[in-house]
Amino acid sequence: MRDSVSILPLAVEGLSFMADGKRLLDDVSFTLPRGGVTAIIGPNGAGKSLTLRLCHGLLAPGAGTISWQAGTGLRRHAMVLQRPVMLRRSARANIAHALHALAIPDAARRADAALTRFGLAALADRPARLLSGGEQQRLAIARAWAQAPELLFLDEPSSHLDPGATRQIEEMIAAMAAEGMTILMTTHDLGQARRLAQRVLFFNRGRLVEDAPADSFFTGPASPEAQAFIAGDLLW
Amino acid sequence: MLTRRSLLTAGFGLALAAAALAPAAAQSRFITVSSTTSTTDSGLFEHLLPAFKARTGIEVRVVSQGTGQALDTGRRGDADVVFVHARAQEAQFVEEGFGVERKPVMYNDFVLIGPKADPAGIRGTKDIAAALQAIQARGAPFVSRGDKSGTHAAELNLWKAAGITIEQARGPWYREIGQGMGAALNTAAAMNAYVLADRATWLNFRNRGELEIVVEGDGRLFNQYGVILVNPAKHPHVKKADGQAFIDWLTGPEGQKTIADYRINGEQLFFPNAGRPGA
Amino acid sequence: MDLSSAFASAFSLIFSGDPQFLQIVGLSLRVTLSAVLLAALIGLPLGALLAVVRFPGRSAVIVLANGLMGLPPVVAGLMVFLLLSRSGPLGPLGWLFSPAAMIMAQTLLVLPIVIALTRGAIEEMWGEYREHLTSLGLTGWRAIPTLLWDGRFVLATGLLAGFGRASAEVGAVLIVGGNIAGHTRTMTTAITLETSKGDLPLALGLGLVLIALTLAINAAAFGASRVGARFAG
Repeated sequence: MRDSVSILPLAVEGLSFMADGKRLLDDVSFTLPRGGVTAIIGPNGAGKSLTLRLCHGLLAPGAGTISWQAGTGLRRHAMVLQRPVMLRRSARANIAHALHALAIPDAARRADAALTRFGLAALADRPARLLSGGEQQRLAIARAWAQAPELLFLDEPSSHLDPGATRQIEEMIAAMAAEGMTILMTTHDLGQARRLAQRVLFFNRGRLVEDAPADSFFTGPASPEAQAFIAGDLLW
Repeated sequence: MLTRRSLLTAGFGLALAAAALAPAAAQSRFITVSSTTSTTDSGLFEHLLPAFKARTGIEVRVVSQGTGQALDTGRRGDADVVFVHARAQEAQFVEEGFGVERKPVMYNDFVLIGPKADPAGIRGTKDIAAALQAIQARGAPFVSRGDKSGTHAAELNLWKAAGITIEQARGPWYREIGQGMGAALNTAAAMNAYVLADRATWLNFRNRGELEIVVEGDGRLFNQYGVILVNPAKHPHVKKADGQAFIDWLTGPEGQKTIADYRINGEQLFFPNAGRPGA
Repeated sequence: MDLSSAFASAFSLIFSGDPQFLQIVGLSLRVTLSAVLLAALIGLPLGALLAVVRFPGRSAVIVLANGLMGLPPVVAGLMVFLLLSRSGPLGPLGWLFSPAAMIMAQTLLVLPIVIALTRGAIEEMWGEYREHLTSLGLTGWRAIPTLLWDGRFVLATGLLAGFGRASAEVGAVLIVGGNIAGHTRTMTTAITLETSKGDLPLALGLGLVLIALTLAINAAAFGASRVGARFAG
């Protein structure tokens, strides 16, 4: 978001992934330009989280390509896992560790800045694993933010949290997006997608079924699957 | 921070390890002597070595093993001097070229130890051959070192002198333990068995239980100790001068007197005889 | 043979401040701690590497390390003895019958324990940390410093197990050290010697001191790792 050459747009072409003879992701293509929040939604097993992992490079695709504008190998995208891994260290050291790993200079100062930025300064010296679920999730996001990524992947950022904590997380996401960070997130919470996203990628059974602006998607989904999904959600 | 810390830890560790290893190399002047369990278990070296060090400044490191093993240690070049008690094996060691020259140092004697109950009925006899015959005839428990030590070799010779071929005569009563003198005495004490021991170890032995001396004074129980410098021609690293200094001191007037002075409860344990020809 | 005289000799040993006795205790600690330290320096990274890197023959190496945890001390001692003997390949070092030889033999005994326990602990932690560390570009050997540091309290238990094995063993140090008074005599070889002299109370007294020492070190390490583990969560 600050460097000369952007890694975005990200172009995903014909992405497929097989495991144990099952096709978990089938011929998915989309382009992600700079800016905004894009939500990947869909029922369980649709391939939402898998798409994030493939894009972030945690897994290698079975077929297809993931290409960045400025080439690969530049660690300018970060990811917050659905269940964030808290290292057995203090909150501050968790952030500093990530910055060290990525050879980002001035780690201590940046870690403190990240904690302060998200109101976590009081927890800086607390053991990260003893924080509450909501605090851990906020720390994980702060840790990713400190890496100053251009693109942030968020996998179900509030799936196990109570409404209060969820609200705090959503405020963080909105703030980062307002700063110009591009966000690609998965969520099973349609309300959250409505509140945060400008664009929706609807997945079902490993396929990208619908790619639409959030407004039009929620008011008039084009595909029968999406209609059923939204209807099911409303009925619920 | 992390990498710096782990580097520091590793460096600190290496430094500690080096410190642990260094003193081994930094030791000044010493020789290694392989000797028998009887000389160590009897406490003789604790009496001798400080006197030698005070005179010459040479530290003597004693590794105590059975005579057979002690000679092997010399054969491999892991000792500068061997100090043992088995004439035939010593002669062979020198003949093979591993030793320079064997010199007599001192003697003591073997004693037959047995339980107070004396199941073989041999207490008081002076005839060791007759005593062994009685033990074998009654099948009274007997503990043998069985470790190729000097005492073991002496025991085998005594069976031969008694006209008994122990390989054939042995039965459940004959228990080979394959360990040192002290262990053999502990075993005999636990089983109320007879056992052949050198007098020095016996006198210094605390855990006697029901054991006592049953046979002593037979001329065939004589136990001669000899000392040999390991041949520098075979093992060039042998500390020839310091090793020879130890041998000269042991067999000289001062060493001989120090040996004679070693007593437990007023009883002399070893009798110097370096000057006696043919000893 | 009564226990009370054993306790009496243990107490008089501890409180007499006998320099010979202190020297023996000091050497025992020096040899054992050095061996544990060397085994840690070699075994921790090696065990961690075994946990995170896949290569052909990995299972065989793991089985080997696990199996060698039961290596008889006498055999370890004999191997080092043959290596260090003047007639052996490392003979020119002149290390036989020295503390260095004893450290070497005990390192050999402790190393498989450290490797096997490290491998187990780190593999479990790697399962948990994998995606996060991969996300940060820390894969393969680059993940090891993080894993070792975060596993430090669990790994301390492995090192304690190694310390226990080394401090208790007599077979290896007796063979390669020679139980030389004032030079290579440790607690355990002194116990062996006093037993063969038939001074069982003194032998047992030494044994009690050894047990007390081992307990003290274990308690200290346990306490430290409890406090640390509570902090690390």
